[in-house]
Amino acid sequence: MALVRLRGPLKRLAGDRSEHAIDGASVGELLTEIERAHPAAKGWILDESGALRRHINVFVNGELGGQDTRVGADDRIDVLPAISGGR
Amino acid sequence: MTELLVGTKKGLFVLEGAPGAAFEPTARAFAGEPVEYAVRTPAGRILASVTSPFYGPKVFYADDPTGEWEQADGLALPEGGDAALERVWVLVPGEQDGLVYAGGDPGALFVSHDGGARFELNRGLWEQPSRPRWQPGAGGLCLHSISTWPGEPDRLALAISAAGVWLTDDGGETWRRGNEGLVARYLPEDAPDDEVALCVHRIHRAPQRPERIFMQFHGGVYRSDDAGETWNDIADGLPSDFGFALAIDPADGDSAYVIPLVADVDRVTPDGRVRVYETRDAGASWTPRGDGLPSKNAYLTVLREAFAWKGEGAGLELYFGATSGAIYGSGDAGTSWFGVAATLPPVHSISAT
Repeated sequence: MALVRLRGPLKRLAGDRSEHAIDGASVGELLTEIERAHPAAKGWILDESGALRRHINVFVNGELGGQDTRVGADDRIDVLPAISGGR
Repeated sequence: MTELLVGTKKGLFVLEGAPGAAFEPTARAFAGEPVEYAVRTPAGRILASVTSPFYGPKVFYADDPTGEWEQADGLALPEGGDAALERVWVLVPGEQDGLVYAGGDPGALFVSHDGGARFELNRGLWEQPSRPRWQPGAGGLCLHSISTWPGEPDRLALAISAAGVWLTDDGGETWRRGNEGLVARYLPEDAPDDEVALCVHRIHRAPQRPERIFMQFHGGVYRSDDAGETWNDIADGLPSDFGFALAIDPADGDSAYVIPLVADVDRVTPDGRVRVYETRDAGASWTPRGDGLPSKNAYLTVLREAFAWKGEGAGLELYFGATSGAIYGSGDAGTSWFGVAATLPPVHSISAT
């Protein structure tokens, strides 16, 4: 399983837990599963069209990725607010 | 004691006070987050629209602004479509217990029957055939004005920038346009009669005479005497017919207040002076009200949701805020003004109870 790591409000909404081991073949699948398993987080990472919110960055093993980035069982995914969202 | 709920670029501020002196902040919530609008419903619940740049638009509710806030459900567009909700511009209690409306971008109306805990998208408006021709203004495709009809919950007038006025008499099952008489100077003279790109900035209904609605347009101030079906220009006598903010005196169906700005290319108060313009004859004449307001070197921008009132008649309280962070108030229907707050973050909205 890949390891998804959340911080801040996302951690709180996902059962107040930072690390989530999830099966999935892409970043998008993992994030969809996070929101499905934790309804309080629904809409906070992905919008209703299914797109990753504009100012959230996803890093796969430390490198910037996207929803379509493929992931494997040993990968680590960090979901972080982007500096572009600060105003 | 008056309570102001002030939505700012950096959170919700609750201010309390009485006309004549600066108000005291009693709470701040959603620190650092843009708060578009907040309102206290007749049941005492506060609803707040928050647009996180990271996590998207949300509505939260609480009875005590210093306590825990719950997130409202259902404020989303249909899953799997091409569009996502960008922002909730306004929250308006309806004419039944528990009825609350939310207006959002892109031109979406949501309805709650439980005081704002759960909302549903109004499909009648969402599925309007002309929707592909609706055009966003600078602030997005915002549904910013929701005018209820006193005692008749099925009758509403909405305004969308830039998709004009929409009317329903059946609780939102069906909608029709109400734009006859509006003249958009930003469109060609030979634009078709069914052009929908009409940039209404704000509407308010006169509750004592509900067929009357006042409008601040993107270049024009209008009045309707037939519940929003047709409109007459009443801007003559104003220093500019551009602006956003609009208020009324609930006791006087002939009353309206506007805060003119120079023009769409220069959205500040004219001549470096801040003045509110009042009509008491339905727009036949306008009187500047500036006693106590800045009279020089003052170039304020007052946004559409940042003008609120409480009470009526001679004791009508008026409050407006600017993107400078200043708020001004009047306790005598605009005759004189005082400083409510001076150094808040940019003010998006004010509601008063």
